[in-house]
Parts: sequence; structure tokens; C-alpha cells
Amino acid sequence: MYNEKVMEVFKNPQNMGEVENYNAIGTVGNETCGDIMQITMRIENGIIEDAKFKTFGCAAAVASSSTATGMIIGKTVEEALKVTNKQVITELEGLPPQKIHCSVLAEDAIRAAIDDYNKRMNG
Amino acid sequence: MKNIYLDYAATTPLSEKAFEAMKPYFSDMFGNANSQHSFGRDGAKAVSEARQTIAQCIGAKASEIYFTSCGTEADNWAVKGVCAQLKDKGRHVVTSVIEHPAIYTTCKQLEKFGYEVTYLPVNEEGFVSPSDLDKAIREDTVLVSIMFANNEIGTIQPIRELCEVAHNHGVLFHTDAVQATGAIKYDVKELGVDLLSMSAHKFYGPKGMGALYVRNGMRIEKLLTGGEQERAHRGGTTNTAGAVGMATALKDAVDHIDENAKYVGGLRDRFVNQVLDKIDEIYYNGAKDSSKRLYNNANFSFRYIEGESILFSLDLAGICASSGSACSSGSLEPSRTLLSIGVPIGTAHGSIRFTFGKDNTVEDVDYTVEQLVATVEKLRAMSPLYKKK
Repeated sequence: MYNEKVMEVFKNPQNMGEVENYNAIGTVGNETCGDIMQITMRIENGIIEDAKFKTFGCAAAVASSSTATGMIIGKTVEEALKVTNKQVITELEGLPPQKIHCSVLAEDAIRAAIDDYNKRMNG
Repeated sequence: MKNIYLDYAATTPLSEKAFEAMKPYFSDMFGNANSQHSFGRDGAKAVSEARQTIAQCIGAKASEIYFTSCGTEADNWAVKGVCAQLKDKGRHVVTSVIEHPAIYTTCKQLEKFGYEVTYLPVNEEGFVSPSDLDKAIREDTVLVSIMFANNEIGTIQPIRELCEVAHNHGVLFHTDAVQATGAIKYDVKELGVDLLSMSAHKFYGPKGMGALYVRNGMRIEKLLTGGEQERAHRGGTTNTAGAVGMATALKDAVDHIDENAKYVGGLRDRFVNQVLDKIDEIYYNGAKDSSKRLYNNANFSFRYIEGESILFSLDLAGICASSGSACSSGSLEPSRTLLSIGVPIGTAHGSIRFTFGKDNTVEDVDYTVEQLVATVEKLRAMSPLYKKK
């Protein structure tokens, strides 16, 4: 059902865990649906220095979160906000139709973390 | 690379013995069992002997066994056949909430046709209560259908008791014995059931072959209309090789039922004990008393992690099990059976069924435990829900 790329990323996920001294955290999804994604970041001077994920979910959810965090490390906040679920899918060389929502969750988690960061900065 | 099959409840390999017995009926003895010449007579004789063998294995008469194309057909026929036959008596059916889709979705379809269906609840081990059944039966109830043993959690229902309750109300009783047949010794006359479904590929017989036991003296409407096959009760050219394979496999299973139970049950127990010992925060789903549970079945819910990723991790290690969650089939709904026994919805997502078989070894069990421990640890480390104690 999954392509080799997705299985490879699932087998060896990158950026797994929680960033130490993170100043941005976004958690999306819920247990009932079977997917929860948490992304933590350390943002310095508008640049995402580090990002890590923790995911409760299927292989596609793990692969999406690994890929999405990889895509935003070193990027500016503005650039990270432009990352879409379609780009995550492209990076993974495709996802089965019923797993598209996993890539959406990754996009949402990035946005949620950046929202959290903005609140911290302004609050 | 290891290749360990732990999904015997999904299907079993065809036994060598059944395969050999089937072979002539694909080639030299290919005749249509309903043809009136020597080729046909050879086929008819083989089918008749197969019917006799199957009947003997379950304590029935040959005239009570009807071949079908699968267990699902037998289930559909039993339910729809009784409902059509007794349409003037009433339009109410009682079943359980943990039935296999072959019964469950058939009942859902009946509801579309104006029938009312009562889905009996089960307790936390998956048992249907005879007193709940007693209360559910009404004047217009035409059929009670309760599975013999559950495909996901292995719970074996008190069929004789449940059947007695139905009969006390004068209501017919069907049981889906697809998982039970070949694994549990039973006699249809002792059980008292009116109808019983089975499927060959669950007991090392061929796929595409099932049977329905219909107690002599009762009538049910046809499901497949057509020719005069199966004594004019089920149209469709008889699957001669399938019938022979099914009979050979069932006889073999019944002849060796105790030793299989001892060997395979031993592997299952070894597995369950090690898993419970080595992994914390898990539920062992289903009957705790192993005499009331299929000997090949183990079903666990692993808290904080999701079933499909467990399944894929195991698959990468060469272990083939099955997800309790329907996620992998495209639905986001977790198992109806697990929710019915009270597993919380999030936890139900993290469930795996392991079903053992004759070809498994102690080494398979130990390797699987080792891989499972590593997988659960890895996925929990990845889970936002898990806080290490």
C-alpha cells in the first residue's frame, strides 16, 4: 500500500523526539481518529534552528512528520508557513488516498507550533 | 530475512493432504458432478463422499450439508434464507454486536429491507449473555444468529445455552462457526443448532469453499437460484475439487484436534506469557479462561501507539500479524469488537491480533516477542501520549 520511500522514512524517521528548550509547540489531531502529531521547534531570530516531532499514528503519519520537520529546519518562519501538505506528499513520492490527511496533519502541526511561538512572543 | 506467518485466523495454507486429494478433480476427473455420464458420476461420487465426511466430522447427516462458495455465502444464505422463508411470521432478527461482517453487514442490509435487528451487547471478555438473549426475543423474532468463536479476540460463546434459549421461544438458531470449525470439537446435535456455517480455508482447506449445515426437517429459501445442484437448494456448478479438499482438511483437523490444540495452544500461551511479562501498559483482549478462547488466538492493545505502525514495523522484521484497527483497510474506525468489549477508542487503535498455526515454532514465538518489545519501545518513544515511568 505504501511506496518504498514512505516505508524507508517510516523505518528510519528523522527528527524524532522533542527539541530541548523549545519555544514553539504545536499538537494536532486526536486519539479518537488515531492520529496525534506534535512538533516542537527552537526559533531564533526568525529562523527555525531545530524541529522535532512526536507522533501517535500510522506509518504515513510518522513519515509525514519526519519529512515535514526535515523541510523546515533552517528555514525562516515565513518560509515554513509556506510548506504545504502537497509538498510533503511530493517529498514522500506519494501517499495512498486515505492517508492524505496525515500530510495535512503535518502542515497543521507546523502552523500550530508557529502560532504558539507568535503567542509567546506577543504575549 | 525471517518470514513468520502469524495470521492463521485470516487464512491457512492448504494442507499437502488436501492438495493431493484435490488434484485429480482439476484434470482427469474434471466432470460436472451433475452430468449423467461416467465423468459426471465420478464427480458426483467424490462430492457425495466429501459431504458424508464433513457430516461425520460435525455429527450431522450427509443430507444436512450444503456446499457453498465460502463462509460468507453460508452466512448470507442462513440469515436471508430463514428471513425469506418465515417472512409471514415476523421481521425481527437477534444477533450480537461482535459478529463477523458476513453476518453484521447482512443484518444491516436486512434493516434496509424493513427488518428490525437487535444487536446483543457483550461483556468485557466478549461473551453474549443468555439472559440478554432471552429478553431480546420477541413474538416476531424469526432467527437468532450468534457466532461460535470470535475472529478477532477468540472468545467462544456458550452456543448450547444460547441455542436453548432461542428454542425455548420457538426461534431458529444459526451460528457462524467459521473460526470454530476444525479448532473446536463439536457435535451439531449436542449443540442443538438449526444452521451452522463453515469455511474450508480456515482449517487448511482450499479458499472458495464453504458449507452450511441445515438441520433436517427445516426449510430455508434459496440464496442462489439456478440449476438443480445441491439437491435443488443452491444453484451453481459444484466445486468438486473444493468439496474434496474441504472434506480431507476437515477430517484431518478433527482427527488431530487434541494434538493441534496442545501444540498451537502451547505456542500461544508461551507468546502471551512473555508479552505480558515484558511489555507494560497493555490489554490482553478476549476471554481470560483459555478453555473459552480459540487456542490459536492472542489479541493485545498496546497503549499510546497505533496498530498500523506496529504492524508495519513487525512486517519489516518479517512478522505477519493483523491489525485490530481497520485503519489499514482505509477506514478510520477502530474495531467494533474491541470497542464493544470496552477497550477505549484511542487504545483500540493500537491493537494487534496474532493467530498461530501448525507451522509455527517456539523460535518464531521468541523472535516475535523480541521484535515486538523493540517495536513497542521505539513507537512509544515516538508517541506524544507516552510518558516514561
